[in-house]
Amino acid sequence: MTWSDSFLRSLKDNDVRLVTYVPDNVLTPLIAGAAADNYFMSVGATREDEALGTLTGAYMGGLRGVVMMQTSGFALIANALASLVVPYQIPAIIVVSERGTLGEFNTGQATVARTLRPTLDSIAVTHHTLTDEATMPFIVDKSIKQAFTTQSPVVFILSPLLTGGNPLAAAKLR
Amino acid sequence: MTAPTIDAPDVKVLNRADLTRRLVAKLKCDEAVVGGIGNTNFDLYAAGHRPQNFYMLGSMGLACPIALGVALAQPERGVIALEGDGSILMALGCLATIGMVKPRNLTIVIMDNGIYQITGKQKAATAGTADIVAIARGAGIPDSHWVRDTAHFETLMSRRFDEGGPVLLAAKIDDTSGTAQTPRDPVLIRQRFMRGLGTGRQSALDA
Repeated sequence: MTWSDSFLRSLKDNDVRLVTYVPDNVLTPLIAGAAADNYFMSVGATREDEALGTLTGAYMGGLRGVVMMQTSGFALIANALASLVVPYQIPAIIVVSERGTLGEFNTGQATVARTLRPTLDSIAVTHHTLTDEATMPFIVDKSIKQAFTTQSPVVFILSPLLTGGNPLAAAKLR
Repeated sequence: MTAPTIDAPDVKVLNRADLTRRLVAKLKCDEAVVGGIGNTNFDLYAAGHRPQNFYMLGSMGLACPIALGVALAQPERGVIALEGDGSILMALGCLATIGMVKPRNLTIVIMDNGIYQITGKQKAATAGTADIVAIARGAGIPDSHWVRDTAHFETLMSRRFDEGGPVLLAAKIDDTSGTAQTPRDPVLIRQRFMRGLGTGRQSALDA
């Protein structure tokens, strides 16, 4: 099973049906896998904070969701996290494909990536960096369960160690 | 091209608190109402709290995305997003998403006073150039209308879901402040809203 199939399996096992996202190369198998499966309801969003808003409304209406974005998109959601998801105790499942590290050519991506973990730590949002297919199912399944049980968001950072990173970015490295 | 709609001569300047009271009085089927940041949710609260009201205390611009999420989760329930013009200008992309998803049970009401009223009445793009109805139509919500007067608003709010959707109504309003202060307890707001939607967690503590 590929890492993306495994991730989608964990979402299903925990009744997470709404998939809302802003696209990214690395996320392509997750987005395509969800779109091809009638279990999931896929909604492309125009911005990452919009996706978090939709997830929040869906959760309150009884539909569990996941938001997917790339690292630079994460930099747009600080306010949605700090003034909506965290204070209203929304168990948002958030996936961030990690760019800016382990072979990045774009200085902007490398800089914005440094805001990711400090931002999450500053508002005490749990995050796990997924690096290998062996440990991923346990981390993802247990963390999703913990999110819903404790009314807290959780962020999964997809390391290039897991995904292989962005092939287009790798091609530009010298 | 969508024709400009902003200069419609028969669009009267209305009042947010009055429109909100009229809207709430129309709700007969436990419709969910998501009040955007500031005056929009203050006047929603002032119109009389309902279990199906959600009050946003931050996250400017996200009332429509939140309402979209509720509408997707509960397709048989009417869902209304109340949003200000400054807020929707911050989040115009969500109109394109809603135009694409086409939730038939979602109604968006934009209260457009052309200013950022709560921060000191600074002029917004909607004051003279940006036309929310034309923008919404262009974003894929053809059923978008300027509210001409209160009677027109009540007629537009009486639509049935099987007539299609989503719908966006924009009303030109005066610069009056919100008329109450919503209690600022996010967890309580969420829990009460979820109970109102039938999704709240029940426990022995509720006995």
